Amino acid sequence: MTAERPNADAVVTHSLTKRFGPLVAVEGLDLSIRRGEVFGLLGPNGSGKTTTIRMLCGLMEPSAGSAEVVGFDVARQAEQIRGRIGYMSQRFGLYDDLTVQENIRFYATIYGLHGGERTRRIAELIEELDLTARVGQLAGTLSGGWKQRLSLACAIAHRPAMLFLDEPTAGVDPASRRLFWQKIHGLAAEGTTILVTTHYMDEAERCERLAFLSRGHLIAVGTVAEVLTQFGQPSVEDVFIELQRRDEGAVV
Amino acid sequence: MSLLSRLRRSPLWPMLWKELVQLRRDRLTLGMMLGIPAIQLALFGYAIQTEVRHLPTVVLDESRTAESRRLIEVFRNSGNFDIVELVPSRAAMQDRIERGQANAALVIPPDYLRQLRRDRGAEVQVVVDAADPLASSAALSAAVQAGVARSQALSRESGGRPPALEVRVRPWYNPGLRSAVYIVPGIIGVLLSLTLVLITSMSIVRERERGTLEQLVVTPIDKTSIMLGKILPFLLIGYVQITVILVLGRLLFRVPIMGSLSLLYLLSLSFIVASLALGLLMSTLVRSQVQAMQLSFLFLLPNILLSGFMFPRQAMPAVAQWIGAALPLTYFLTILRGVLLKGIGLEHLWPQALALVGFAVGLIWLSVLRFHKTVE
Repeated sequence: MTAERPNADAVVTHSLTKRFGPLVAVEGLDLSIRRGEVFGLLGPNGSGKTTTIRMLCGLMEPSAGSAEVVGFDVARQAEQIRGRIGYMSQRFGLYDDLTVQENIRFYATIYGLHGGERTRRIAELIEELDLTARVGQLAGTLSGGWKQRLSLACAIAHRPAMLFLDEPTAGVDPASRRLFWQKIHGLAAEGTTILVTTHYMDEAERCERLAFLSRGHLIAVGTVAEVLTQFGQPSVEDVFIELQRRDEGAVV
Repeated sequence: MSLLSRLRRSPLWPMLWKELVQLRRDRLTLGMMLGIPAIQLALFGYAIQTEVRHLPTVVLDESRTAESRRLIEVFRNSGNFDIVELVPSRAAMQDRIERGQANAALVIPPDYLRQLRRDRGAEVQVVVDAADPLASSAALSAAVQAGVARSQALSRESGGRPPALEVRVRPWYNPGLRSAVYIVPGIIGVLLSLTLVLITSMSIVRERERGTLEQLVVTPIDKTSIMLGKILPFLLIGYVQITVILVLGRLLFRVPIMGSLSLLYLLSLSFIVASLALGLLMSTLVRSQVQAMQLSFLFLLPNILLSGFMFPRQAMPAVAQWIGAALPLTYFLTILRGVLLKGIGLEHLWPQALALVGFAVGLIWLSVLRFHKTVE
């Protein structure tokens, strides 16, 4: 039996690989993410960010290599992992034909909350994510920023040890983005480990550590300062563009 | 945790609750699920009833009495029979039917009047070209009705004697005559089969297409709860459908209910669950809702052809019989006809009931097995 080891890293991968037929989406990924850290996964489209997150969440089986998430093996102990993580997919994944309150209630119950505990937690989530004005509205009629906050509420209903956010702020207005990141840092301060992918460089700079993926390979990992030094670039955005240039060069 | 509290905390409940809330808001699906069987049955009804009307009929009146002419009038006035010719002989009658000039013949025996006066009553014969089972079965029921009408009239006239007239129907070319009454229970089964499979065949793949499945399977919910959550709310729909079709069947076709209605509802449970589970299994196999719909309609074909709905299974080649044996509808048809038409009970229908329970459990098990909590 694998007990939860409080001092171990939240995520550890060894040569994690995913192939789709002849296509290699992720290859030989070695990554470790510390507990309570906000970790940014960056890279151009198709670099393997979403595939990596999906493997870590147990949504895809690795083709080779191994990964542990909050102390459990993704291949053999996916169910134990599922109860301890939260996940926000790139695409809005909640039910359009349920209201805000109904969606939260559904996920809170699925995650094992019942009775008074559930009632209190739902009220707390609605309050914390400022959803009070929209509780009775069908989720499908919400705009981007509201949908994103609702998704976050559902993903953290069970106070997960780790949160996976796949491009959570795509298509969201700046005010909502700022509010969202405040919430993310609040969760991290409470000890939640956070893995986030993003295309916004200001968001990347808010992460404690970054990893750059390119064509399924890990190119660089470290704090923002370390990554800038490694690439000899003045900003994360420059690193990103340099990376994309190399990527496209490699194609030709 | 005790079994009870584990049951109470099962993720099946939120799943059921969610499906019911969604079902309530999905007016289109709800309307379709109730409207389609009603409209289909009404269409069948219209088709069958038009065939009842104006059946070309020849009369061989060997009695040639006022009484025999009154019987011919009753047949003519029913609107079901167009008397096209009074034929002089059996040979002529056979000739008209073989040439297709008539689909039915009414034969009144020479001693018709004498027969009417004795206690056993009289017998007339209706010969039906049963090559077309729909037309012939229509003729059968119409002829019997005309006979009963005349018999009652005679009985009133004579001061309450027992029914004095019997119409004997002799189907030609299709000795195992299948009447409309025989076909309608089949329609009930086919319509149920189609709509129930259609509902659930779209369910999983709809969540996949909308992107909600990814968010759902990343939670610790167990696969069985997802599958049962997708099936159980539609039991309700299945039962409403059965009721609608039975009521309409009774109103449009006078389908009798000889046996126990509660037994029929009980046995329907396993058929509904089996059909829903089959749809669910399809849903785990297809990639889009369009594919699900195509597969459902593809599935309809063997159900119509091989289940015994249209053609007797005994006459089929072995392979067709095996395929038929793999369809839940085959067993449900036996139950439907048995309970509705023959009035038989579980003592005869238990093998079919058992087969359906087997289908239900097996198909749920298969779909749980087929379903993976992944997005690949």
